[in-house]
Amino acid sequence: MSRFERAFAKGPALVCFVTGGDPTPDATPAILDALVEGGVDVIELGMPFTDPMADGPAIQNANLRALGAGTTTADIFRIAADFRTRHADVPLMLMGYANPMTIRGSEWFAAECQKAGVDGVICVDIPPEEDPELGPALRAAGVSLIRLATPTTDAARLPAVLEGSSGFLYYVSVAGITGMQQAAQTSIEDAVARLKQHASIPVVVGFGVRTPEQAGAIARVADGVVVGSALVDLVGLHGARAAGPVRELTKALADAVHSARETA
Amino acid sequence: MTVQTPAPNTFRNQPDDRGHFGQFGGRYVAETLMPLILELEREYTAAKADPAFHAQFDDLLEHYVGRPSPLYFAPRLTEDLGGAQIWFKRDELNHTGAHKINNCIGQILLAMRMGKTRIIAETGAGQHGVATATVCARFGLPCVIFMGATDVARQAPNVFRMKLLGAEVRPVTAGAATLKDAMNEALRDWVANVHDTFYIIGTAAGPHPYPELVRDFQSVIGKEARAQMLARTGRLPDLLVAAIGGGSNAIGLFHPFLDDPEVKMMGVEAAGYGLDKDHAASLAGGRPGILHGNKTYLLQDEDGQIIEGHSISAGLDYPGIGPEHAWLRDVGRVDYTSVTDDEALDAFQLLCRTEGIIPALEPSHAIAAVRKIAPTMPKDSIILVNLCGRGDKDIFSVAEHLGVTL
Ligand SMILES: Cc1ncc(COP(=O)(O)O)c(C=O)c1O
Repeated sequence: MSRFERAFAKGPALVCFVTGGDPTPDATPAILDALVEGGVDVIELGMPFTDPMADGPAIQNANLRALGAGTTTADIFRIAADFRTRHADVPLMLMGYANPMTIRGSEWFAAECQKAGVDGVICVDIPPEEDPELGPALRAAGVSLIRLATPTTDAARLPAVLEGSSGFLYYVSVAGITGMQQAAQTSIEDAVARLKQHASIPVVVGFGVRTPEQAGAIARVADGVVVGSALVDLVGLHGARAAGPVRELTKALADAVHSARETA
Repeated sequence: MTVQTPAPNTFRNQPDDRGHFGQFGGRYVAETLMPLILELEREYTAAKADPAFHAQFDDLLEHYVGRPSPLYFAPRLTEDLGGAQIWFKRDELNHTGAHKINNCIGQILLAMRMGKTRIIAETGAGQHGVATATVCARFGLPCVIFMGATDVARQAPNVFRMKLLGAEVRPVTAGAATLKDAMNEALRDWVANVHDTFYIIGTAAGPHPYPELVRDFQSVIGKEARAQMLARTGRLPDLLVAAIGGGSNAIGLFHPFLDDPEVKMMGVEAAGYGLDKDHAASLAGGRPGILHGNKTYLLQDEDGQIIEGHSISAGLDYPGIGPEHAWLRDVGRVDYTSVTDDEALDAFQLLCRTEGIIPALEPSHAIAAVRKIAPTMPKDSIILVNLCGRGDKDIFSVAEHLGVTL
């Protein structure tokens, strides 16, 4: 079983996003440890980019803080590799944009992921139509390519989105950028039910989820919930001392998500 | 078995059906936008085959924009430079003062075909914003223009024009607050409003089919110029010259001539303070990468982080270039060069005094390149320059650079 499979086998999973290198590369390991201590099941580590077109102000600012602190791609892989030595079992994936991932060639990127113990990659701006840019190299290296489905992904497109992807399917519940309002619970439930008919991998819901209540409600219908901007806001507020508040919020989120396991 | 001789080479059959110009172009967008991009492609394919669409486009260009624009021989500039004859394609005489309106007419007709009821656009110099606001007023559609806060400050007259035309101008403060950041913000608005919103991209860049459709709409420049030149001189020009921001005026002039082997072409990027300092010359100083939906040459560091462009001209300081230019450069069909802020400023003044034409700072870059090359060419040779915008919008920043207080 892969780390992803083990993480989702326990029931609904909490997936947490933070930006690598925010506020500094040195501060990120303690924040990642706080997520684990809080009970996170899967970690999404953002690779900072100058032009985060799919992100709202919270994660845009996190990208700018990370780059302002001099965060490089080498730092991100060092953070990931060190995380893997401390936490053998927690799946970690990289989320980011095409240019930093492909600039040295997709084989290079996939090899670095494999060396660092990165389990999966989400690339916002490589749709299935441009899969050759990154997909083949990741698959050859045994790194999962996690694709996004959105409210605009209709039944005709869904097979293409699922083709060549693994780990889980990330349902972006709002047509929009990160950090916006949550979608209505009923529309999430309908979408998840539709996606689960086609997907043989877990379906995870993200975008706009901030509170334990929201996360708990989604966990009753989906295989996982992603929380990003709410955690990134804490890092923005507390900077290098963010580990404590991040641990607390993660614990509350994890409790809400995991309690859906019993009721399921 | 006999080996088929390859079909005669053409430079006019790009992009392929996946939107690639060689290794460049493509559709690098978020999944939310992908269905819409595919719908736009279907709609554009249908529009291309629809005589009614062409008739409406041509009619608006003639009676609203004021086309065809004149082809003008510049006698005093030619004499001053002492070499090749200099001719101008006068797209600065278009309604709203630049070539940008050609593309906006085409795209708003597409938007209405698709039933979209709200328009967004990005703008740098403000020319594309003004042209978009203009067509939105003409067809009664609401529009929001995203403009970097830095550009809002240095292009105040155009900001006021857009507001007069009924547009909402949203200053963007992210990053260096210029064109690239305005484009990011327009993309963010678009993903959140795909159901009713059409994004009118202002240059021959972005995800497929934008580079193709912008080129096609702007190709009216080159089609007219080719026919006008043949009618006036009985021959084709020896060299075409155009300034490059994202590359729409340049590709519009070049494309109809690409399969005329005797016609050389030169695209002129903005070298800003100099290629070893801050500049916006993505071919001269960049590498292939992925941004804003397409793969092309980008100004970036070794990690693929994008570097802000700089140019005296707000319309040229974009860190990328349209993918067709990236391809035309790699296959060697078009030469690309660059000129500095100072050279462009000198050329701006030269044209004012020799021909009584105040050019925009963007085509002033093309004129600066012509100034270097014309004297090296024989007197019976012809250079055709795209005079793609007038300078009214730039007089304040030019005054400032010349140390004049207005
Ligand atoms: C007059 C003028 N020329 C040129 C440009 C650069 O764009 P492009 O390279 O797409 O023609 C602009 C952009 O604002 C412009 O206003």
